[in-house]
Amino acid sequence: MKIPSSIWTLLIGILLTLVSLWYGQNHGLLPTAATDEADLVDGLFNTMMVVSTGIFLLVEGILIYSAFKYRRRPGDNSDGPPVEGNIPLEILWTAIPAIIVIGISVYSFDVYNEMGGFNPHAVHEAPIMQQSMKMPGAAIAATLNDTPPSTEPNLNQQKSDEAMQDPATAAVRNADQIPQKRNAPGVGIVAPTIGPVPGKEGKPPAMVVNVTGMQYAFIFTYPETGVTSGELHVPIGREVQLNMSANDVIHAFWVPEFRLKQDIIPGRQSEIRFTPKKEGDYDLICAELCGPYHGAMRTQVIVEKQEAFDNWVQEQLVASAETLNQAVAVNTEDISPDKFLAPYTKDMGIQPEILHQIHH
Amino acid sequence: MTQAQLQETANTPALNEEPGIRKWQDYFGFNTDHKVIGIQYLVTTFIFYCMGGVMADLVRTELRTPETDFVTPEVYNSLFTLHATIMIFLWIVPAGAGFANYLIPLMIGAKDMAFPRLNAVAFWMIPPAGILLISSLVVGDAPDAGWTSYPPLSLVTGQVGEGIWIMSVLLLGTSSILGAINFLVTLLKMRIPGMGFNQMPLFCWAMFATSALTLVSTPVLAAGLILLSFDLIAGTTFFNPTGGGDPVVYQHMFWFYSHPAVYIMILPFFGAISEVIPVHSRKPVFGYKAIAYSSLAISFLGLIVWAHHMFTSGIPGWLRMFFMITTMIIAVPTGIKIFSWLATMWGGKIRLTTAMLFAMGFVGTFVIGGISGVMLAAVPFDIHVHDTYFVVAHLHYVLFGGSVLGIYSAIYHWFPKMTGRMINEFWGKVHFTLTIVGLNMAFLPMHKLGMMGMNRRVAQYDPKFTTLNEICTYGAYILAISTFPFIINAIWSWMYGPKAGNNPWDALTLEWMTTSPPAIENFDKLPVLATGPYDYGLEKAKEDVPLDDPNPVLSGGPNSVLRAEPDPKVAANPEDRK
Ligand code: HEM
Ligand SMILES: [Cu+2]
Ligand SMILES: [Cu+2]
Repeated sequence: MKIPSSIWTLLIGILLTLVSLWYGQNHGLLPTAATDEADLVDGLFNTMMVVSTGIFLLVEGILIYSAFKYRRRPGDNSDGPPVEGNIPLEILWTAIPAIIVIGISVYSFDVYNEMGGFNPHAVHEAPIMQQSMKMPGAAIAATLNDTPPSTEPNLNQQKSDEAMQDPATAAVRNADQIPQKRNAPGVGIVAPTIGPVPGKEGKPPAMVVNVTGMQYAFIFTYPETGVTSGELHVPIGREVQLNMSANDVIHAFWVPEFRLKQDIIPGRQSEIRFTPKKEGDYDLICAELCGPYHGAMRTQVIVEKQEAFDNWVQEQLVASAETLNQAVAVNTEDISPDKFLAPYTKDMGIQPEILHQIHH
Repeated sequence: MTQAQLQETANTPALNEEPGIRKWQDYFGFNTDHKVIGIQYLVTTFIFYCMGGVMADLVRTELRTPETDFVTPEVYNSLFTLHATIMIFLWIVPAGAGFANYLIPLMIGAKDMAFPRLNAVAFWMIPPAGILLISSLVVGDAPDAGWTSYPPLSLVTGQVGEGIWIMSVLLLGTSSILGAINFLVTLLKMRIPGMGFNQMPLFCWAMFATSALTLVSTPVLAAGLILLSFDLIAGTTFFNPTGGGDPVVYQHMFWFYSHPAVYIMILPFFGAISEVIPVHSRKPVFGYKAIAYSSLAISFLGLIVWAHHMFTSGIPGWLRMFFMITTMIIAVPTGIKIFSWLATMWGGKIRLTTAMLFAMGFVGTFVIGGISGVMLAAVPFDIHVHDTYFVVAHLHYVLFGGSVLGIYSAIYHWFPKMTGRMINEFWGKVHFTLTIVGLNMAFLPMHKLGMMGMNRRVAQYDPKFTTLNEICTYGAYILAISTFPFIINAIWSWMYGPKAGNNPWDALTLEWMTTSPPAIENFDKLPVLATGPYDYGLEKAKEDVPLDDPNPVLSGGPNSVLRAEPDPKVAANPEDRK
């Protein structure tokens, strides 16, 4: 019996769908999800993976099938049928991808909103367009003079001042070298990022940590307790806000298990908010090229129970003061990275082997 | 200028009495024949490709182990910076211009480009720029801030190297602007009468879209780089935060060019394989207009997606959403092309020549890069994988799996036209197999590396990633090996290969209607269009262009006047060849 081709198509379609659905859930391509945000991102990725697997199999399938089925037989020098187009078919394969990408966009939009992407709480305070539109020649001109031509409050400056309230932060941030002078020119807003999740707008985060990025280290200061550390410790289940700034070049805060990343740009304040939910030690990685030892710029984020966190704070209170003194005493320009990093290494969890590779 | 006047200018010998090629030495001098310039471009850029490839393999050798044991981190950074700069500015972009130079006048029936001398000038900017760039390695202060050269890092690393980098990229940018002007004018003004835009081969459409894009975006890069050089040399603070400048403004200016640049790097090869696939499938290209107009759509949309490179660097939420949507939309015209190519093959009589295999490899690997591109456009996911090996994987699937395979496909397809000789198919297939295996081995595992937590541009990494990195490294070695059969085959066939005849593939576009290699002014007489460029399988095309006839009657059709004797010993289908 000959099975009609429409049945074959149907069967292949079903098989393709099943395989895609299965692979989209079982690809094993992502590390543990350790924040609420991470689960959202994974859901989005899995969905995209289902669609992608389907498209991939379809295209490769047609290619390989054509290569065998429609191969020219030796001696056959005739041409194929002169089919030049097929409007309904072309409309179909324009419409389907269009619907797919719109769907993914809407889903991404939703995830981004759920993560707090639309809620850097400064948005309403710093009107986005007005200010930049008032500036003729906008972005470049803005960098030429020192004060922004605006009566709006300078949010970067405010943020920076706030962070500097904590003496520990003030000591590690090179405040006079890289002034947090202005709002982001051209777009007129405090370097925006992942803010509070919907429902928590306007509420202060449960905990604030000031982060300073410098060539090849992250330094964390805890304004509430005055602790300074090379590792980030956060208690489980509490919303944390990081206020980040860079002393020298651009760095980036990335914890793969959190699915979060934010550039730390000198001259700006960056913030990021998240809620860790899973106990563990995770790698915190600098994701923006920041110099030869960029690869060595990594440390640990420790997500732990509240008691463990409190204990750690107690331990640090003494130790941090010492580290701090060393940190401010040196000028990064003059010494080699390994010397510079030495006092931090124990603290920051940099492996001695890595340090050993840093030589000139 | 009218077309006649332009044709006239093009005819006037510029520097030499005879601008064309007479002997091999002519390739080494200032020559205004578009065919010579085209080949000069292709050979020069291929040499740079080999240098960029050596650097890639050095990078990969370093990454075979988690420690930095092969080169110092400083040297490592210079290596990947130069690798990327060479691959982009000295290989893919100018290689596209090389094919355009060779093919556009032939495909539209012109005698040369609109501005032959300008054409030569554009080419002769490339070797000095390349030598300058590579000399920075010798000076001992090579640029090492990545090919993106973000300040403030680029301002605090070596000044000399960074200065050289800016100079070199500015020269290359100027060259591509000059080239683009020439292509646009040639395409607009020098088509033979009777060839409207809708009778143009698709490669011409692709170059039209590419050149327009180059012309709009490159000046912005130049402006950005000039400001950067002021910061570097004169101590201004456009981008330097210590003086109140803003590094993010540089990123906007840089990506306003460099995102369109990826389309500048891929569109010409979309065009090239739109030529290869119908010829070797013996079917008209499916959806000619859809393919042609989608090039224009890509070129327009390409201008409004740049900020997707800055999703993590501090742009507001609404802007991220805007750029997410525009980026996603580009997938639609790209998808149209892919499905049209598949439909062109469907039901055809596919000749699995090396050119066709590379074209099919292009479709099959490019689609992976396209899919990961859509994923990267989704802001929440991009936030996770930005600046990781996932991005490195994505860009190599697009640029290697797309552009480089496209270049190879084009070389195998037009080799007989350019040299008058056939290239060896067996070694071509060896080359193809090694390339596909090496390519996937080198770049597929990088997707997983990136998602699991390996950041890019690092000389040392977490030991848990060792196995996957080893696979990548061996893949890269296979890629290096794969070029040897190609190089040897190309040189040997150029010298001793069997004579090709004028139209070994029985193709219908105009470049095949003249001798191989074409004579100095391309056509004996002004050619007249007898068929559309892709009328395979149509009776009309058979009558007007007597493809099967070994001794065509010279009055058989308007095009046949131009057809010199084909060589009966060389059959169109390699398998049928004795
Ligand atoms: C010969 C095969 C190739 C190999 C083995 C290779 C390998 C690599 C590797 C390992 C990196 C990552 C460097 C790092 O992040 O530390 C890289 C980066 C890059 N490659 Fe390739 N590559 C190859 C071909 C190409 C081609 C044909 C292009 C075409 C344009 C290209 C363009 C780039 C770009 C733009 C980067 C980004 C560099 C950066 O992050 O600054 N590569 N390549
Ligand atoms: Cu860093
Ligand atoms: Cu870094």
